[in-house]
Parts: sequence; C-alpha cells; structure tokens
Amino acid sequence: MAQLTLPENSKIDRTAGKQHKAPAGAKNIRIFKIYRYDPDTQANPRVDSYEVDMDSCGPMVLDALIKIKNEIDSSLTFRRSCREGICGSCAMNIDGTNTLACTKSCDEVKGDVKIYPLPHMPVVKDLVPDLTHFYAQYASVEPWLKTDTPAPTRERLQSEEDRAKLDGLYECILCACCTTSCPSYWWNGDRYLGPAVLMASYRWLVDSRDEATGERLDQLEDPFKLYRCHTIMNCAKTCPKGLNPAKAIAETKKMLIERKG
Amino acid sequence: MSAKPTVPGKSASRPLSPFMIGPYYRPQLTSMLSITHRLTGISLALGTIFVAIWVTAAASGAEAYAVFSSYAHSIVGYLLLVAYSWALLYHLCNGIRHLFWDTGRGFELKAAYASGKAVIAASVLLTILVWVAALAA
Repeated sequence: MAQLTLPENSKIDRTAGKQHKAPAGAKNIRIFKIYRYDPDTQANPRVDSYEVDMDSCGPMVLDALIKIKNEIDSSLTFRRSCREGICGSCAMNIDGTNTLACTKSCDEVKGDVKIYPLPHMPVVKDLVPDLTHFYAQYASVEPWLKTDTPAPTRERLQSEEDRAKLDGLYECILCACCTTSCPSYWWNGDRYLGPAVLMASYRWLVDSRDEATGERLDQLEDPFKLYRCHTIMNCAKTCPKGLNPAKAIAETKKMLIERKG
Repeated sequence: MSAKPTVPGKSASRPLSPFMIGPYYRPQLTSMLSITHRLTGISLALGTIFVAIWVTAAASGAEAYAVFSSYAHSIVGYLLLVAYSWALLYHLCNGIRHLFWDTGRGFELKAAYASGKAVIAASVLLTILVWVAALAA
C-alpha cells in the first residue's frame, strides 16, 4: 500500500531548526534551508537555515554547501567528490527535484534554496542517504559482460551500429537521482528495481557482445522487478546527465514481448 | 552516550527522507497526468455503478426511468455526467498515449510533454463536442 506520510521518527521538527546569520556587512545574502538529522541524538530531523554571502561563494549549490561546512557549521554532512558531475556523490533533492549539487547553479533556484536528501531513503546523517539496497539491486542485474563462448585471442569486436546502441545508457553514473524520484520506487522499492538499475540492465541486454540476454530477461519477468514502471517519467525529467531510463524500461518490456513471439 | 549504530544496511532506526509530491517533490506535467490517469480509472469504475443503475432503471419501466431521469437532469446530475464523460475521454486519450509508449515511441521529454498537452486539449475538446451534440439532440 502506498505510504503517503512520513513515519513518526522521520517527521521534520519545525521548531528545532537553527538559524545561522550571515556575518555583518554581507550584501548579497541567500538563505539555504537544509535538512539535518543527527544519528547520535534521539531527536527527529529538522531544517536549519543558513545565510550565505554569495559575493564570497562559488556559483554552484555544492560551493555553498562546502562554504557552509568550512565557515559556518562544520557538522553539516554530505557526500561529494569530483565536483564536476561525473561521480554522482552529491546527488540530493534541491528545490524540489533530484540533481547533483555540483552541477546545479544557485541562480537556477528562485527564493530560498531548499536542500533535502534523496527522497524516501533511510538517512544515515543530514544529506547522506543509505544506498545499500540500491547497490544490492544494481548487483542483482549482474552488470557485467556474460559469455558462454570461449574467450577470443583479442577483444570481442562490435560494429559501429551495435556500439551506438549503448549511447545514452553507458553514461549513467548511478547517482540514484532517477530511482529516488520515482513514486513507484517509493511505494515498491523493496521489489521494484527502479529506473537506474533497469537502465543498467538494458545496457547489457542490448550489448551485441553479451550472450546472457535470455537469462537476463528471465530474471526481469516478474510482476514487480520491471513492471512497476508506469511511465511517470520523473526519472527522465530529473536525470542530471540527460539520460532517459523510461525509454530503456519500455525497450526492455518490448524485448520480453517480442521474445514470446 | 547511547549512539545508535550506523552500520550500512541497518536502517531500522533511521528516519525516512521526505518524498511527498508537492511539499518535497515538485509536481511535473507527466507525473500529474499519470496520477490523473489512475484517478480517472478509479472514477470510471465507480461511475459504472451509475451506468448499471441507469440500465436497471430503463429495464424496470417508464416510472423507474422517470425517477432516474429527474436525478440525472438535476444540476448535480449534469455535473457528475460531465465529469464522467471527461474522465472517460481523458482515460481514452491517455490510454492511446500509453499505447504509443508501449511501442517504444514518444519517450523524449519534449515528445512526452507535447503528447501530454495534446491529451489534455483533446479530452477537453471531445467533452465539449459530446455535450454540444448531446444537448442539441
């Protein structure tokens, strides 16, 4: 059954949020409202508000987060690594959509910048969600080349056309923006694989060198793993890499139907 | 100092991050049309009860039908009928959109938005057409 509200321990305590004022003399102030949860206390999550002087801050939301951590509140916790949209670490919910903090410009957001962890995930601390289940689902589709034929003496070759089929699929950085934007995944994430993992699965289904297509399709032939996709399209809309998991899922469904003949 | 363990995977005590569409996740045309498809589907199932009452009234003779007809011709009756006809036409138009999707077509965001807007326009126009025809007859 669809869960429409947060459990008791997850409700945001609106009275507990702390206000951090900008230093005197700051002229270009923006307010960042950031979800905070500290596992070391028994307290419910809260939203802290930080005034940031944008005249001494970089343009991206990640720049602001790093500035807050360095200069205002060192307890603020978030993941980040590459700061250029290729590692997927800083995926979070910014201004109501999931994206990478490092490629989201503060100027794109109107009003206060509201930052939450990726939606409907267990929170480890602040903006850090627990992605264990997501990674386990990724592993479950066996995202590697599977072959029965003996290994050739050189690389397994692929035509340019077959290689082109992987474009728009292999670029996925597994940031989980799409999967955690999907209402179907919110309600059925325990059994539904979600857009990112299904697109990764399709990446191997269309690979001309892979020889386990039938086995892979058998694994997906299940009421939940694949068919909980209802073409809501939040995945394609939110993908920070401009990819289209919804289309990959539709192509997978087509492969299953075509196999039946 | 009773810090809860933060071992990955031990998520029982962890809070669930906010997710609700509206306050935490921005509504999008595609997601709104998707939920509307569901809601119209449910409405049509409920509306079928009224269709059954209508058919039963017609089968029970002129007197019973006159009673049904008086309810159907009330303002509330008209409103329900307009809503039902729009729900039916929306579900039909969006169902055709889903059929295209099932062939793997129309997934680009631009196409999905264009087809979504087309479904809204078509369902409203067809509803108007149906009612112009019905009231003229």
